[in-house]
Amino acid sequence: MADDENKPAPEDKVQPPERQYAENRAELRQKQAEPPKTGHVWDGIEEYDNPMPRWWLWTFYITIIWALLYTIAYPAWPLVRQATPGLLGYSSRADVAQDIDSVRARNAPLDTRIASMELDEVVHDPELFRYAVAGGAAVYRTFCSQCHGSGAQGAVAFPSLLNDDWLWGGTLDDIYWTIAHGVRNENDPDARWSQMPAFGEILDRSEIDSVAQYVLALAGRQHDAAMARSGEELYLDNCAACHGDDGLGDRFQGAPNLTNDIWQYGGSLATITETITYSRFGVMPSWADRLTEAQVRKVTLYVHQLGGGE
Amino acid sequence: MDYVKLAVLAVVTVFAAIAANYARDVAYLVNALTIMLVAGGLFVWVLRHVGDKREPAPQNEYFDGVVRAGVIATVFWGVVGFLVGTFIAFQLAWPQLNFDWAQPYLNFGRLRPLHTSAVIFAFGGNALIATSFYVVQRTSAARLWGGNTAWFVFWGYQLFIVLAASGYLLGATQSKEYAEPEWYVDIWLTIVWLAYLAVFLGTLMKRREPHIYVANWFYLAFIVTVAMLHVVNNLSIPVSIWGSKSVQVFAGVQDAMVQWWYGHNAVGFFLTAGFLGMMYYFIPKQAERPVYSYKLSIIHFWALIFLYIWAGPHHLHYTALPDWAQTLGMVFSIMLWMPSWGGMINGLMTLSGAWDKLRTDPVIRMMVVAVGFYGMATFEGPMMSIKAVNSLSHYTDWTIGHVHSAALGWNGMITFGALYYLVPKLWNRERLYSLALVSWHFWLATIGIVLYASSMWVTGIMEGLMWREVDAQGFLVNSFAQTVEAKFPMYVVRGLGGALYLLGSVIMAYNLWKTVSGAKATTRAPATVPAE
Repeated sequence: MADDENKPAPEDKVQPPERQYAENRAELRQKQAEPPKTGHVWDGIEEYDNPMPRWWLWTFYITIIWALLYTIAYPAWPLVRQATPGLLGYSSRADVAQDIDSVRARNAPLDTRIASMELDEVVHDPELFRYAVAGGAAVYRTFCSQCHGSGAQGAVAFPSLLNDDWLWGGTLDDIYWTIAHGVRNENDPDARWSQMPAFGEILDRSEIDSVAQYVLALAGRQHDAAMARSGEELYLDNCAACHGDDGLGDRFQGAPNLTNDIWQYGGSLATITETITYSRFGVMPSWADRLTEAQVRKVTLYVHQLGGGE
Repeated sequence: MDYVKLAVLAVVTVFAAIAANYARDVAYLVNALTIMLVAGGLFVWVLRHVGDKREPAPQNEYFDGVVRAGVIATVFWGVVGFLVGTFIAFQLAWPQLNFDWAQPYLNFGRLRPLHTSAVIFAFGGNALIATSFYVVQRTSAARLWGGNTAWFVFWGYQLFIVLAASGYLLGATQSKEYAEPEWYVDIWLTIVWLAYLAVFLGTLMKRREPHIYVANWFYLAFIVTVAMLHVVNNLSIPVSIWGSKSVQVFAGVQDAMVQWWYGHNAVGFFLTAGFLGMMYYFIPKQAERPVYSYKLSIIHFWALIFLYIWAGPHHLHYTALPDWAQTLGMVFSIMLWMPSWGGMINGLMTLSGAWDKLRTDPVIRMMVVAVGFYGMATFEGPMMSIKAVNSLSHYTDWTIGHVHSAALGWNGMITFGALYYLVPKLWNRERLYSLALVSWHFWLATIGIVLYASSMWVTGIMEGLMWREVDAQGFLVNSFAQTVEAKFPMYVVRGLGGALYLLGSVIMAYNLWKTVSGAKATTRAPATVPAE
């Protein structure tokens, strides 16, 4: 600056004011915009004394106002005995109850009919049957799919419900009974019940091996013919009472058919040997207490129409 | 003094040996043996150095040894935590990875708390302790208070991590999310944490600056609040002094409320306030710009710590928690939105006038993206706390995505930025080994987060919609297994995102290692406390 005053620029070199302004604009703007600082310095860090952004502050205020209004409308402030209930009288429990009740009320006429009719009759009422199967499918997804699979395909220890190889019978009434009372559970006196002995305590190792070979033969699987022949007699003495002379099983006792190569626990030699030696004890809960009559019937109809119903 | 130490260590060693002898479970046995070995080893070490002449610590130099150790621990636990996380992500996609031969130790159920504790407490905790020790010294112009107490904090914290992690694998847990360690590990952490508080407060009290810098407010709020949360949520009675199992003092919905008061504020004070402290130092330093607004920092600090502590009930929407508590949790979460964003504004606006550095400095880029993810997550959080939104998002993978966009994006990236800033300074190196590798790390991590977050949004919303889908008659359409099956492709994408993030962190570890093993800087003076 001092230099400029001492040696004024010649007239002819002075630039038009617009041009000069334009060149300094960026610098000027930065100088004008440089906000004040607080004056503190920590390890070289300074702080501007900028105001809080308006939009930030106002949004903050609005959320606070909204929060106050919301707490007036809904249950919020805890007092001595109970909390303020809110002007809208909202309650999440009441909401859920209302929701469930409205669905129940809407379906009540259909459910009542299903609960009071013979199952065979429902099958012949197309509208009712379609409703029952849809409802049964929902019951199945919620309560049954964990063991029997979401596609009813079954799993190790849990029978497939897609085929006609029924352990306890595949008519509507059979399926209904199995679902309502379960299998081998302790809490329902009407549960399906049978128990295969653990033949490890009855037969010796070589005898079990022979029987296992015979079971493989019954199912049409690869087997040792000589052992199977010696196993046949053991089978007739020990197993045929339940599984039948021809191995077709007995639904009255829940004894599986051994000839169709469908296995609940597996059809390998090792698994069959294990089954014979230690037996099995598959359990299914009884559902009569946990589901409504209409629900048990609907899931019965659903399972029956999956493919294997009789 | 040495004799007191020897006596204490001897008692601890003998007691740990007795405890190991009477141990009722494997986790307790292994933990007792670990303590016995550590205490015994220290006993021998102290014994051999009895009577050694020790130079008094130079009070005009910063205590940076413990910060260097903290930086190494941060990188190490970070890589471990990300590795476990990536592995369990793939376990969810392919359950066969729960190998039969590794049962019951390496299944998802035991590895998951190992992952969360490794990233939050081991990686995040070490990052917070190391940076707070660094920052509080610089901004107070004072050496750490308490002499070797800082070393006790560091090693005590590592012992806590090892005890907790080995306990998880061996089956010790009190089944509280982010508070899994059992009673004796909790007691040990309390002792370490109080020592940490003492060192931090002591340093602040002997500061030679007239004011306390904003970063230290946040660090202090983090340390104090975490101490309170930890003690209250872990109130429990051991079944036996010789076993790891304990019974919670609170029960039922009270227990759930205390747990999520703790859990949400672990997010609020550990992962938000503490890391904001980090942000408030390292962004102005790296950008070489003043902090944008002092006023904003005051208001958003107090608003944040006042409001955060009430927001926990939003984790328990539509549960046995009374409606009024749910309402309050929700409205406090909404009010928290702007206070959280105050930190984002201050971080981003600090860069105004230095935006060109984004092109040239990948470390700044990392910090900016961290603040960006912070802003996104602190908008998403209040939104998810709204009951109507929560009824869709709760229990779905959306929550997992939300947590990870915050943890990977904000906590991870700001920590990486701080590490890149710290390592050349702490080891007195001219500069980082390779900025190109920082860029690689930046892009791998960013793409990894995007894959992670977007796949979890998709699968979370899909799952929420499938769960609530009913037909015209009100019957459920999907079984739970069907929703799990539908998520498979997104689980693979999430795992890939995690793998990219892990790869980035390995590149960082290599880069930092090469930086440290490179030549010393010739120009820079040692870290000294500035003269008055």
